[in-house]
Amino acid sequence: MMHAAAVPPRLRVGLWLETLGAWTLAIAWVAPLLYAIWAAIHPTGYAARFDLLAPLTLDNFTAAWNAAPFPRYMLNSLLLVTFVTGSQFVLGTLAAFVFARSTSRWTGLLFALVLVQLMIMPDMLIIENYRTMRALGLVDTVVGIGLPYVASAFGIFLLRQTFKQVPRELEEAARVEGCSTFGILWRVYVPLARPTYLAYGLTSVAYHWNNFLWPLVITNTVETRPLTVGLAVFASTDQGVDWAIISAATLLTSAPLLLAFLLFQRQFVQSFMRAGIR
Amino acid sequence: MRGRATLHAWLMLGPAMVLLVAFTHYPVVATFWHSLFSTPRGARPARFVGLENYDVLAADPIFWQALTNNLIYALGTVPLSIALALVMALWVNGRIAGKAALRVAYFTPTVLPMIAVANLWLFFYTPDYGLVDRLTQLLLGWGATNWLGSRETALGAMMVVAVWKEAGFFMIFYLAALQAIPPVLYEAAAVEGASRWEVFRRVTLPLLGPTTLFIAVNALINGFRLVDHIIVMTRGGPDNATALLLTYIYEVGFRFWDTSQASALTMVLLLLLMLIALAQFTFLGRRTHYR
Repeated sequence: MMHAAAVPPRLRVGLWLETLGAWTLAIAWVAPLLYAIWAAIHPTGYAARFDLLAPLTLDNFTAAWNAAPFPRYMLNSLLLVTFVTGSQFVLGTLAAFVFARSTSRWTGLLFALVLVQLMIMPDMLIIENYRTMRALGLVDTVVGIGLPYVASAFGIFLLRQTFKQVPRELEEAARVEGCSTFGILWRVYVPLARPTYLAYGLTSVAYHWNNFLWPLVITNTVETRPLTVGLAVFASTDQGVDWAIISAATLLTSAPLLLAFLLFQRQFVQSFMRAGIR
Repeated sequence: MRGRATLHAWLMLGPAMVLLVAFTHYPVVATFWHSLFSTPRGARPARFVGLENYDVLAADPIFWQALTNNLIYALGTVPLSIALALVMALWVNGRIAGKAALRVAYFTPTVLPMIAVANLWLFFYTPDYGLVDRLTQLLLGWGATNWLGSRETALGAMMVVAVWKEAGFFMIFYLAALQAIPPVLYEAAAVEGASRWEVFRRVTLPLLGPTTLFIAVNALINGFRLVDHIIVMTRGGPDNATALLLTYIYEVGFRFWDTSQASALTMVLLLLLMLIALAQFTFLGRRTHYR
């Protein structure tokens, strides 16, 4: 925090204590994950016995993979996040463009209506949204899981903030060159908002990959269940308390996001900060 | 020309607005409407019952318990996650060795599905041979504790999981705010000979004000929304000790299929959220982050 050249001894002790605290907290924060890895790569008997020489095995992963339709669940989750995040991008971009550039009082009012969703999320409206889905015949479909989230206030809000910072001159120059409204949006606004798309896209993918309650309510077959619901069904019925296999299944469920995050964590955090979400 | 621009604007807004109204605004109104009717059962159609569902709610001890639990859960997790997020951000932004690794460690729980997290914590809380019991035995000499099975500890155990899950996410917002503070301010404070604590209290903390409020509102909403782990770990038990409004809505709506009663419950949740929104708009004004 401070940029002092020479650190006095009292501060050095303080720094040492802080480092200790920071690392203790960090270990506590990754402990569940480390434990899951430990339990998953050792035979069941070692789930609660920490022996460095315990034999390694991948059997738990194969057992979990074969014990439940995880490939299908994974496909469902992939379809879900592609559908949701993709549609959020398209709808959010179109709406945010209007909100960023219109000065009409009507759009101001509509924007206030959009912001309502920041507070009252579809997560809490499961009873009525279930009724709606039943009326639309979308119960137990991937579209049914995703549809309530496709128009996202958070996305529209973020993109509007970003679009507002685009200089008007750029837009006018493009117009002089003969660009249509969509051309301006596509060639000027969208490229300039790339960090926002990345930050928002990653958040959205993580949110919907991990979402549980609404998918639990709206799905009831293997063909539509996303990974989270599949994992819950698997852990509650099939396995009793075989921690090794449950840990393996848990890791399989989290792996895609976790890997993506570890690979892109720097970009992830930075695009988050650059998008000005604060 | 003007007319065409307006038409374009409406066409571009249309899809998002239709879906937003269909799945956010309409359900709010419909929830209220349906809460005034009885639940249709078999051949009996729904009939208008006025406020009867709310009377039933007021007389339902589980509802009051869920409401109390939820307030404890929200008011307990919010300050804890904020404080932890701030400490994490200061550390990750400071001079500590291995900052990048720390940042990854703190942020990791955010990307894990709550449901996967629940499975792991279920094992941690296992009496006797779970890690929590082993630690308390090693450090404090405590005996076996049934963390999830006893009324006194179950809600606290759920709050720990929630804080663990969300603190790293809020850290990112603090980190962004910290890095936006102009270094000139710190240099000026150094010239004045201010101590580290003074710098933190008089420079850093006031500048983090808007971020803190933004995080507080989001954490508060999460306090009513983040219930996945409860549904898996305790199902609201033991004896409703971990029942929250949303878990109770799920139970009443999708286990007992009493949708009218669940609608009345949802109205209570919505009312609470509207109060938060109102407080936010009065205390903060719009300017802090809806600019």
